[in-house]
Amino acid sequence: MATTWKFTAKEIVEKPDLFTSGHRACAGCGPAIALRQIMKATRGPTIVTNATGCMEVVSTIYPYTAWKVPWIHTAFENAAANASGIAAALKAMKRKGRLQEDIDIIAFAGDGGTFDIGIQALSGAAERGHDFLYVLYDNEAYMNTGIQRSGGTPHGASTTTSPAGKVIPGKRQYKKAIADIMVAHEIPYVATASIAYWQDVLMKTRKGLEVEGPAFLHVLAPCPRGWRYDTSKTIEIAQLAVETCIFPLWESTDGQCSLSPQSKIVALKPERKRPVKEYLETQRRFRHLLTPEFESEIDNIQKMTDKRWNKLLRRCNLVSL
Amino acid sequence: MTVVSVQQNVLALNGDEAVALAVKQSDVDVVAAYPITPQTIIVERFSEYVADGEVDTEFVCTESEHSALTACLTASATGVRTFTASASAGLALMHEILYVTSGCRAPVVMAIANRALSAPINIHCDHSDSMVERDSGWIQVYVENSQEAYDSIIQAFRIAENPEVLLPVMVCLDAFFLSHTLENVRVLSDDIVQGFVGLRKIPLVASHEGKKVPFRLDPENPITIGPLDLYDYYFEHKRQQEEAMNHAPQVIKRVHDEYAQLSGRRYGNGLIETYELEDAEIAAVCVGSTAGTAKTVVDELRAKGVKAGLLRLRTFRPLPTADVKEALESVRAIAVMDRSNSFGGNGGPVFHEIRHILYDSKTHPHVVNYIYGLGGRDMPQSLIRGIYRDLGEISETDRVESRVHFAGVRE
Amino acid sequence: MTEKQKGWKEVPVAGVCWKPATDYPTGDWRTFKPIRDPEKCTKCLLCPMICPDSAIEWNRNTEDIQFDYDFCKGCGICANECPAEAIIMTREEEEA
Ligand code: SF4
Ligand code: SF4
Repeated sequence: MATTWKFTAKEIVEKPDLFTSGHRACAGCGPAIALRQIMKATRGPTIVTNATGCMEVVSTIYPYTAWKVPWIHTAFENAAANASGIAAALKAMKRKGRLQEDIDIIAFAGDGGTFDIGIQALSGAAERGHDFLYVLYDNEAYMNTGIQRSGGTPHGASTTTSPAGKVIPGKRQYKKAIADIMVAHEIPYVATASIAYWQDVLMKTRKGLEVEGPAFLHVLAPCPRGWRYDTSKTIEIAQLAVETCIFPLWESTDGQCSLSPQSKIVALKPERKRPVKEYLETQRRFRHLLTPEFESEIDNIQKMTDKRWNKLLRRCNLVSL
Repeated sequence: MTVVSVQQNVLALNGDEAVALAVKQSDVDVVAAYPITPQTIIVERFSEYVADGEVDTEFVCTESEHSALTACLTASATGVRTFTASASAGLALMHEILYVTSGCRAPVVMAIANRALSAPINIHCDHSDSMVERDSGWIQVYVENSQEAYDSIIQAFRIAENPEVLLPVMVCLDAFFLSHTLENVRVLSDDIVQGFVGLRKIPLVASHEGKKVPFRLDPENPITIGPLDLYDYYFEHKRQQEEAMNHAPQVIKRVHDEYAQLSGRRYGNGLIETYELEDAEIAAVCVGSTAGTAKTVVDELRAKGVKAGLLRLRTFRPLPTADVKEALESVRAIAVMDRSNSFGGNGGPVFHEIRHILYDSKTHPHVVNYIYGLGGRDMPQSLIRGIYRDLGEISETDRVESRVHFAGVRE
Repeated sequence: MTEKQKGWKEVPVAGVCWKPATDYPTGDWRTFKPIRDPEKCTKCLLCPMICPDSAIEWNRNTEDIQFDYDFCKGCGICANECPAEAIIMTREEEEA
């Protein structure tokens, strides 16, 4: 796909926010950054739908709304079905001559609304092939309800439903490979992104909007309260996740998988791959792993990270080193 | 009598097919649905219309009923006319979104082929599925036959989309008795139906940009639908929904009258249908296809000089309180027939509400309840005769021995 | 806000929002305030792209960025990330 657009910082800061200030997200909120960046990459008229979750709540506390685009929320588990209905309506209106312009559709959902309760609607919408971009803003737990674990919570993280106790060191399971599941749906575009790299987020958003059919964008969006770090560290941590290969950046266009520059550099220069411990240390949700009883968990996380990284390298036709 | 002004064809259709045809003729933009017995024929017939290019509807075959109704809701919010159909477990799965649909004031129309709820699993008729949804903010119409199913679907779009109402409408037809049974159905031409339903009108709403804009998702005039609404305003929005329900009876009657001008067909006043009720001393109340059998029994009793009558509730939501009260006030003994039960609630939902209406009547008729026909159990004339016999005794003795009965269950 | 709340006959239908979030300043959440040293700032424009609250704006007239203290929540991300170390976080003056 030839990309004729590039996003310069100047052009982007001049573009008005479609997701505005005055939202009530916590200070330093990663998902709010994700939404801001994504809404800077729209290419024209856009309708947004949101699953229930942090961003739905903080952006539309009645009678206020932070949205300068048409926006609808219906429930938790159905963001992709919301998008399906909107897409069907637009198609019908076009066919009947009641609508001329092209309108893009973006569905936002958190990890709970995607990995867990929303996966059925997402899978169905992907299979049916509606033309929309699904954005998973992943803050790795049900933060809105008070930090409960989800299928997107990483191994070892302490949450209120996977607390680090005397015998169990946080969440036992590893994070579900949700983007791989979406690749298996053979939709035209799947990508991962981190808010630490705004340009990458914007490029991938635009690609996702441009392809015909469903696109899935998995954006890592750290949460200061749930991950328990100082509010100023959101971007730093989002970057470390990429540098440690805990959250590698890649995209799959028509099934062709390629690493994004920030991860490719690590693939080409393995000495730049930082140990996961450096990432875990930054967040108090992993604090218990730094104790002698549980430190073997750090090895486990490193092993799983390496295993998944190597699998990704093979998929991108880069030999694992 | 209304003068029939237009040409109509007679087709042999079952209830589901009649519904599918009505949807086809009503210029529906988006149909999103999921198959479930006994509603499936609606979806199948509609898929055939799509496959044969007979409609330009966008048909979305979803992966669940939850998504089917969600898609109808958001399509409707985008400004188009939408339809879905379901039954039983499917409707139960939609439960959450039923409330969201009415709360978002999306005028979705849905057909329900009334079927029992599990467990044990049963595919046959009763009203458990839709009766539990009576508080969901949907208008509920229960039809007696396939002809009425056809007519009611067409009317439903006009009712739902009326700016004074703007509520979703459920048209409920009895599983198998109606959904799968062939009947002669008189159908209007496509043009006539399209002319009757017209294009969907979109009312205006005040937006956060300080403008009055169309109440739909439109990039030119953005609005926010479905926000977080707390104790400061949620109640006001719920009060608005009640007001919409208050407007509905007039609109239902008006649309029913207008349609009657066209088709020559009336179902009472659109809200209730009375049968031999004027001078009745005893009467049954029911919803759905059982009314057909009950009317035969009433005829038989009338021939013998028994002053028996029948009231069929056509709309259960909004509950036609004044109409029911007026129609039943002078009856001495009333049997309410419920094809569903409210376990532990001392009677079924229709009974509760009819009795509640009559509490205010000066005459205080006796009201008893017969739960019947669960899971498709037949309701033969003999059982209905028995009910009228009981009513006769109550009327004569002025005493009620037992209030709630289970008619047709083996001891 | 002491403005009279609307009754059910007045509020728009279906919970459609009627106020922009920009009418709801969030600046008073802040305990630390970002201050930029224009001398050090290279106008790389990273900070406006990573502020969660759109509180760093581009001013076309001055051809420069500026903080919108009505909305800045004082998270400190901009200060933490600025490659030129041009932003420092200072404690808000306590109200007398
Ligand atoms: S402190 Fe946080 S909210 Fe304030 S301008 Fe900097 S990044 Fe934005
Ligand atoms: S990040 Fe620093 S150097 Fe870049 S524009 Fe902001 S203040 Fe200036």
